[in-house]
Amino acid sequence: MEIVNANSATLSNFEVMKHLQKVKDSRKKHKGQLATITYETLRYLENTPCAQHSPEAMTQCLRELDGFNLNKNEKLMLINSPPTTALEIQLMIEESEERLSEEQVQKILTIMIQYFPHIQKPQEAEPQEQD
Amino acid sequence: MFILAEMKNVTRIPPELFNLKLNDAIAGELNKKLANKIVLNVGLCIALYDITSLQESYIFPGDGASHTRVSFRYIVFRPFIEEILIGKIRSCSQEGVHVSLGFFDDILIPPSALQHPSTFNETEQAWVWEYDTGDGNKHDLFMDAGETIRFRVTAEFFNETCPTGTLQETHEKAENKVPYSLTGSINEPGLGLLSWWDT
Repeated sequence: MEIVNANSATLSNFEVMKHLQKVKDSRKKHKGQLATITYETLRYLENTPCAQHSPEAMTQCLRELDGFNLNKNEKLMLINSPPTTALEIQLMIEESEERLSEEQVQKILTIMIQYFPHIQKPQEAEPQEQD
Repeated sequence: MFILAEMKNVTRIPPELFNLKLNDAIAGELNKKLANKIVLNVGLCIALYDITSLQESYIFPGDGASHTRVSFRYIVFRPFIEEILIGKIRSCSQEGVHVSLGFFDDILIPPSALQHPSTFNETEQAWVWEYDTGDGNKHDLFMDAGETIRFRVTAEFFNETCPTGTLQETHEKAENKVPYSLTGSINEPGLGLLSWWDT
């Protein structure tokens, strides 16, 4: 086997999820390692916010994010796990304090909620207990 | 966290699969060969994405199988360095916090990359972040197994684990060798258990 290009493109979690669902649903019964990894990866992905993304919202959202001078990886992270707080944006975007003004951070958060309204819910519905 | 890797392979299709369409047979063989395996310096292979080109198939003397040179793209798990991921704590030990994504388990957050100051609680077998509340008091935040954790990927390691000698020999030697592992960190505000930052 020969590796032509170890990293020819990056995929969003949503794309991987859709592809694996197709693999799982194909009429052929899969067995062995493929079945294991598809099952485990799908179980992980279906528990992330991208399970409820829609392709249209993602393209629109990416278009809106164009104006913020973010690089590809940063945008990918924003799409894969849409932030709900300014703190999360700070983590995902390097030197965000210098690159983004406070209004811009707020704007990004609004865009996230606008296109991925489902990300809001778990925050309130999940009162975590600390022991 | 997922990428596409372009690869080439000469795939052997045994005669009993000749009833299938060539594409399906090759896809099946490629998945059998790669799914859930780690390729050195590429990452953890998940599933075939597509076949980009097929060349002519050959039959060699003495073997009824056909051999086809195929170019394809494969979905590979390989987070980039600095990527923020969310996983579950598998266990805690002196070496740090072991995190799992469900399909990938070899993630370690070493003690030096935990929130500061953190100590290991021997009785609970858990790491504890001794959060300073500001008024001289400490609030112990436990990192229990099963909790959801957000971390940053800081390093990746590939290890060559070549099959050597008999099956038994390999078992003994390769037992502790992890082909692909990630190192994470949570020593920044916003990282660590999701519940820490909920409010």
